Amino acid sequence: MAAIATLKDLYETLSPGLPGVGAAGLDRLRADGYARFLAEGVPTPKVEGWKYTNLRDLAGISLAPARSAANSDGAPSAWDLPSVAPGKTHRLVFVDGVFNAALSAVGPLPEGVALDSLRGLIDASPAYAAEVLDRFPAPKADSGLRVGPNPGRGQTQGLVALNGAFLAEGAVLTVGEGVNLAQPVEVVFVATAADGTWHPRLLIDVAPGARVTVAEHHVSRGGGATFANIVTAIRVGEGATLRHAKFQEEAETALHLASITATVAASATYETFVLTTGARLARTDVQVRLEGSNASTRVSGAYGVDGNRHADFTSLIDHVSPNCTSREVVKGVIDGHGRAVFQGKIIVRPDAQKTDGHQLNRALLLSDTAEIDAKPELEIYADDVKCSHGATAGELDEDALFYLRARGIPADTARALLIAAFLDEVAEEIGDPALRAHATSRIQDRIGRLTGITVDAADLAVEE
Amino acid sequence: MAATEQTVEQVRAVTEQKYKYGFTTEIESDLAPKGLNEDIVRFISAKKGEPEWLLEWRLQAYRHWLTMEEPTWAMVDFPKIDYQDSHYYSAPKAAKDKPQSLDEVDPELLKTYEKLGIPLKEQAILAGVAGAGDMPAIAVDAVFDSVSVATTFKKKLEEKGIIFCSISEAVREHPELVRKYMGSVVPYSDNYYATLNCAVFTDGSFVYIPKGVRCPMELSTYFRINASNTGQFERTLIIADEGSYVSYLEGCTAPMRDENQLHAAVVELVAMDDATIKYSTVQNWYPGDENGKGGIYNFVTKRGACRGRNSKISWTQVETGSAITWKYPSCILQGDNSVGEFYSVAITNNYQQADTGTKMIHIGKNTRSTIVAKGISAGKAQSTYRGLVRILPKAEGARNHTQCDSLLIGDKCGAHTVPYIESRNRTARVEHEATTAKISEDQLFYCRARGLSQEDAVGLIVNGFCREVLKELPMEFAVEAQKLVAISLEGSVG
Repeated sequence: MAAIATLKDLYETLSPGLPGVGAAGLDRLRADGYARFLAEGVPTPKVEGWKYTNLRDLAGISLAPARSAANSDGAPSAWDLPSVAPGKTHRLVFVDGVFNAALSAVGPLPEGVALDSLRGLIDASPAYAAEVLDRFPAPKADSGLRVGPNPGRGQTQGLVALNGAFLAEGAVLTVGEGVNLAQPVEVVFVATAADGTWHPRLLIDVAPGARVTVAEHHVSRGGGATFANIVTAIRVGEGATLRHAKFQEEAETALHLASITATVAASATYETFVLTTGARLARTDVQVRLEGSNASTRVSGAYGVDGNRHADFTSLIDHVSPNCTSREVVKGVIDGHGRAVFQGKIIVRPDAQKTDGHQLNRALLLSDTAEIDAKPELEIYADDVKCSHGATAGELDEDALFYLRARGIPADTARALLIAAFLDEVAEEIGDPALRAHATSRIQDRIGRLTGITVDAADLAVEE
Repeated sequence: MAATEQTVEQVRAVTEQKYKYGFTTEIESDLAPKGLNEDIVRFISAKKGEPEWLLEWRLQAYRHWLTMEEPTWAMVDFPKIDYQDSHYYSAPKAAKDKPQSLDEVDPELLKTYEKLGIPLKEQAILAGVAGAGDMPAIAVDAVFDSVSVATTFKKKLEEKGIIFCSISEAVREHPELVRKYMGSVVPYSDNYYATLNCAVFTDGSFVYIPKGVRCPMELSTYFRINASNTGQFERTLIIADEGSYVSYLEGCTAPMRDENQLHAAVVELVAMDDATIKYSTVQNWYPGDENGKGGIYNFVTKRGACRGRNSKISWTQVETGSAITWKYPSCILQGDNSVGEFYSVAITNNYQQADTGTKMIHIGKNTRSTIVAKGISAGKAQSTYRGLVRILPKAEGARNHTQCDSLLIGDKCGAHTVPYIESRNRTARVEHEATTAKISEDQLFYCRARGLSQEDAVGLIVNGFCREVLKELPMEFAVEAQKLVAISLEGSVG
């Protein structure tokens, strides 16, 4: 990344022009983010949580806001943007980090539901926007209990702080008590610029007893060396349910770093699925805090990397209260010189008795130059718990390949089928049918591009 | 169920005992002044009558150590160690002129080892004296504070060409072997504690098994820290030449003292083509009292190099002692088809902390490794498994299977698992499983319903939990280890 001095110039140039400047709450948030970023900086592999993902590529990235340009992918109206239920969702579309009203479509919303762009909210009422932002406190730098002599052992929130320093745009969804929002909400980020950065912030506040499904899409339409530094903050109220998915399918030149933090209240459910098939370097940090008793979460992820690409899925599931359950399944396929990272940690705090926590991570290596680095971690301070994790790495099962070939299926089709079956198991973790169907189709699309073979979903169906 | 009865009997037999090795031996000792500097390094080297190259090596390590920082990544917490507040050399006075035979060993020392149950009476065993006859022969190198005080069965081993002696003696008698291999597995710059050891190591054991020889008896070193305010820094070097086999046991105890004592050892193993080294440890250093006062800081670097084709190194450890354990016995699987194994039981009670595990570095083709780690936490203890499995690009067909299980007894303790898995070969298969649970009420109820006390039931269940590891231990050790498992958990239930 450009030197800190350049960043200082950038900050001083940009901050007076950010929306809502002068509103005390917003000024404080940004100044605090800037100060924390200066203190923490960009994480380096010396920080335990970034051991396997090196952000030196950031050096060549422009931190200036992206400038959208007309591009080879034609007019925005002709873009075929992804959707989990075309025409049947409430969607906000952002082009190079900036809200685009023309591409967005928000239908009539039931009472108690609000969906706005963050900038729109700030423009309408900076004080209210600041109040909403304040409902989501920044995650702590070190999440573990045993803060030893070396704080670098944990994560670092430098990137979240950077997002805060330039806070201007994003999406805000609030769902009122007991509301069941039938239509999914979608937030679509389209990269078109040759370079530049955006720091969107997505806030999802689901009140007690409410139900909602939210999909995030990140795609490129001609975009170049762009950098998306996204922060998603979620609150799931008592007895509420949020089903969330993030589909990251940006161009192979993009850099994508995302942090998702969710606080889950008693008897509430939070599900999230992360698809990582795009970007040169992508990392998603998922932190779920099971704060109330009987809360539950499902975290799942699928990735496919090839070429020189790098995908990192890092998660922390924090069992704070008793009787909570968590289940995590992350699987991926690595080809070419691709490299994938999985870091998953489950913390069970002293009061979190009767915790049930399970985690599974599997990686499939397709080439001789692929690499997987995995670190499944348990940190447990309560005794009456059931926790387990499993991790595997290896190639396609020779016996299974032989079996398929013996039935007359060509070798490359057999391989494609096995890969599809391998990844499809993750899609099966998704509770929401629309999200699940979309995930399956995107996974198949990716496998098609990876292997040159199109696998039909029907081939995978198990006959009952 | 004879086996069960036996176990229960053992558990009962030991439940009354606390740390029974906590006594001190009143013996005059030769002590270096407190503190650490180049003069102390020279002092130790001079005491040992070492050649120039070894002194240079020590000094190189010492100078490097000054530039290093103490590692802080382990999940252990302890006040900063004052490295100047310790004696780096302590030797029983009588050992000044090293005894030529056991008859010349200070009777106080022999008594100490007798109390510890370590057989230093080779004559009795060799002569087939009544009562000693059933005991399998074990050759022992006894290390008391900084020096080796006795090595048994040397003659018998020499007949086969096996060298088993203290490392000081090896430096004098077999400098070419020591120079060739020492530091070749754990280089002097390896890590903070290993580097410190290189500078100030005092003694330890040396083993060389020649080509094609199967060592006829178990070799063993018994470490004892006796003097107060001393650190113990020993080095062990075991070389198994082509086609040879050796099984080596290591045991350790220390008196009960209020202050913390540092034990920073280095163990290097080298296995050539078709050679096998089996290394077993029962670590029972003084763990500190129930309030966390005192105890040994056990910061140990153990590493084995499977240099040759089809070589095998197997680590088995039962870690019940020490206030803090920081220890990762590892295997570098360089030779094609070489095998690395790590079987571990780590039990922590009261305020003990253990951060232990292994590294398996797969370099050669078809290399295989197995890791079975069982961690048990009770009281206010923290136990962490930390491991690395790394598959390098050329390790075609490498295999690893890892199983880590943790058992929690009580709600004030912690059990953690931190495995790192790095694979860069498509054909390699790596599998890792970990579970954490408590002793199930059903199991306890079942045992209680059959008349076992709560404590006996827990001892029985825990021994069952550790069985996969304990069965890897040589017979004599296995029995001792089972008792230890129960003693270590004393007072943790009810």
